[in-house]
Amino acid sequence: MSTAPSPAPAPRDHWRKPSFIANPVLRWLVYGGAILYVVWTLAWLPIDWVRVAEGIERAGRIFGGAFPPSFERSGLLIDGFLESLKIAILATFGGVILSIPIAFMAARNVVPKAVFYLGRAIIIVARSFHPVIVAIIFVKAVGFGPLAGVLTLIVYSIGFVAKMLAERIEEIDFGQVEAMRAAGAPYLSTLIYAVVPQIMPRQVGLTIYQLDSNLRASAVVGIVGAGGIGSTLANAFGRYDYDFALAITMVIVGVILLSEAVSGQIRKRL
Amino acid sequence: MLKISDLVKRYGGGEPVLKNLDLTIEGESVVSIIGSSGAGKSTLLRCINRLVEPTSGSITLNGTELTRLRGAQLRRARRKIGMVFQGFNLVERLTVMENVQSGRLGYISTWAALMRRYPREDIRRAYELMERVGIAHYADKRADELSGGERQRVGVVRALMQKPEILLADEPTASLDPKTSEQIMGLLRDLSRELKLPVLINIHNVHEAKEYTDRIVGMRYGRIIFDDLPRALDQEAMDRIYSGSPAADRAGEMRAAS
Amino acid sequence: MTLSDLGRDDWTRFTLKQRLQRYAVFAACALAIGWAISSIEVIWAWVWDAPSQMGDLFGRMIPPDPSNLGAILRVLWETVNIATIATAFAVILSLPVAWLAAQNTTPNRATLWVGRFILVSSRSINTIIWALLFVAIFGPGIVAGIVAIMFRSIGFVGKLLGEAIEEIDKRPVEALEATGASRLKVIAYAIVPQVMPTFWAVSILRWDINLRESTVLGLVGAGGIGIILQGAIDTFNWREAATVLLAILGLVILGEIVSAWLRRRIL
Repeated sequence: MSTAPSPAPAPRDHWRKPSFIANPVLRWLVYGGAILYVVWTLAWLPIDWVRVAEGIERAGRIFGGAFPPSFERSGLLIDGFLESLKIAILATFGGVILSIPIAFMAARNVVPKAVFYLGRAIIIVARSFHPVIVAIIFVKAVGFGPLAGVLTLIVYSIGFVAKMLAERIEEIDFGQVEAMRAAGAPYLSTLIYAVVPQIMPRQVGLTIYQLDSNLRASAVVGIVGAGGIGSTLANAFGRYDYDFALAITMVIVGVILLSEAVSGQIRKRL
Repeated sequence: MLKISDLVKRYGGGEPVLKNLDLTIEGESVVSIIGSSGAGKSTLLRCINRLVEPTSGSITLNGTELTRLRGAQLRRARRKIGMVFQGFNLVERLTVMENVQSGRLGYISTWAALMRRYPREDIRRAYELMERVGIAHYADKRADELSGGERQRVGVVRALMQKPEILLADEPTASLDPKTSEQIMGLLRDLSRELKLPVLINIHNVHEAKEYTDRIVGMRYGRIIFDDLPRALDQEAMDRIYSGSPAADRAGEMRAAS
Repeated sequence: MTLSDLGRDDWTRFTLKQRLQRYAVFAACALAIGWAISSIEVIWAWVWDAPSQMGDLFGRMIPPDPSNLGAILRVLWETVNIATIATAFAVILSLPVAWLAAQNTTPNRATLWVGRFILVSSRSINTIIWALLFVAIFGPGIVAGIVAIMFRSIGFVGKLLGEAIEEIDKRPVEALEATGASRLKVIAYAIVPQVMPTFWAVSILRWDINLRESTVLGLVGAGGIGIILQGAIDTFNWREAATVLLAILGLVILGEIVSAWLRRRIL
């Protein structure tokens, strides 16, 4: 070791990993707050533990009643499924058509600011409400049945497709638009030649994805009366027909898996 | 001392990648293995610490037969073998200190490992080694913030933290620029002397092999055909090691046999 | 040689084969839509009536009635808690399932299929359907809701986590195995840090989605603000329903802002 004015320090023998939140006050606040939240919430949530214990036992009985699944009322099942399919087809068709103008309205680069805010607001409202809520409202407005289901899923589709499409429109290569304008093309022609080809592939992919999505969702909106296999399922639960309910659920899962596989394959080929 | 006898490695039913290899590494020397791609250099190295399973043969390290070990015994044996990789193989999101301490994972308790409560002795040693190779000031930095040469140094320290009886290096400089490459080779040579540690290096760059190592082993399609001092590696030996193709070799063998 | 000598004066965008394909696809779509429209059980009179019905309903919602706002906000907070607690538990439970369902960490083929089966069934059954089941088991109340959200979320988080585990850089795993570390330590040091960012991003995303899902649990009896909404609708108290809807809108938008901010901070 040297005897220079500042000798080398002995090697350190302790080390702590730098914390994710550097500021110690903030760190204690966050961790402490989180723990407090969990304890407080669990204490205050109105949980009836007796009921929970009973539930385990009841679950046993229900699962016993559910096996084996009963397909004897398969006519009802098929009707329900077909109705869901029709709802999904029409909702995708209507939803996609409506999404196109709304998407243009919500794209910053093709419309004035005021229109843009309106378009975005429409999309936000369409997305924020769970389809079940939308379904209940439509059921109250136009009555029970698949019409409410179609309208609900049109809103649901707009919420997704218009948003994705708007993002795609905002990402287009503006050079192509400029080229058309420079050549003197009118507005509509510019749209068709410069914008539409750029968004078409995305549009088709989104449509197929949404068809799959709507098929899943149509199973659910039926539960509140908007038609489709969901209402068949809700009825089965209501009548304690658990074996039928299991059959319906299995069909729903099967259809979802099939639809996911098919739609994935098609989109890959695009 | 590392003693490899009659080592064979065959994948599937084809031509063996390693053909009845014999190799002995003694004492504190730096040994380099050179050869063209496909010669089996990497396979040979990985058979030693069983990252690749030998088909047959024997590998003993200081008396312990490595090829038969399993489970906890294998892990204990691996502690004694340090390895440095071409791609550095660090955990990018962890700090340099954690990467370095991961060399001790075979020795510390699970709790200490998960909580990052490393023994003081280990931390002291880590700082000493990092100081020695020049990365001590990076201890708290994430590994992916370092340059290539610095990352390889972390890899070297991690291997040394194991207090290994032998250090294996699989093309440690192939991903580095020439200047950094020479720095790492020099580091390996110096550390070998300081720590009295045998080092076995796979290397492409023959110039570096001659410059920084004490003994050169030349492989050709699974066999060792050269094993001598660096100055004995002349053009003729280089040609023997690097030229030709497996098919030509096999044709030659068949002709010689007939 | 002039340009006109080149001969061709016709051009079509698609070859005959392509055109036939496109017509076929269009025809199939038109057929599907036509079939759906013709056979769906809809009273067409009601369809034309729909816009005015919607307008009527909308009219009855304005102006929203804030008199019950205190109770609404309290139950809304309870709804947030349902979503948060359920997401937290689900995320923790999805860790072992994801580990089982990832090809590079699962002990054997049987466990791989068990893991995958759990994930698929969890993902394919909608939260509401799970809620129906658990209301039947546990009775109406938030327990059914929390468990329903948990069961659905495990599949979502587990699938994305499993994929993240399969996509890691395997080289540090190799290096740590070479040092003689046990399997658990290798996982903790080489796999977990690589998967962490995805883990947090997916958890936060699922929390955001669950906020939305938890607003409707009450509509099947599984707790949360859905109960108040259902109550208002059943008693035709449209103006209170409007207040609830606005509260839900506010919650969802707030949730999206928070979750987007959190995800930006993590990455």
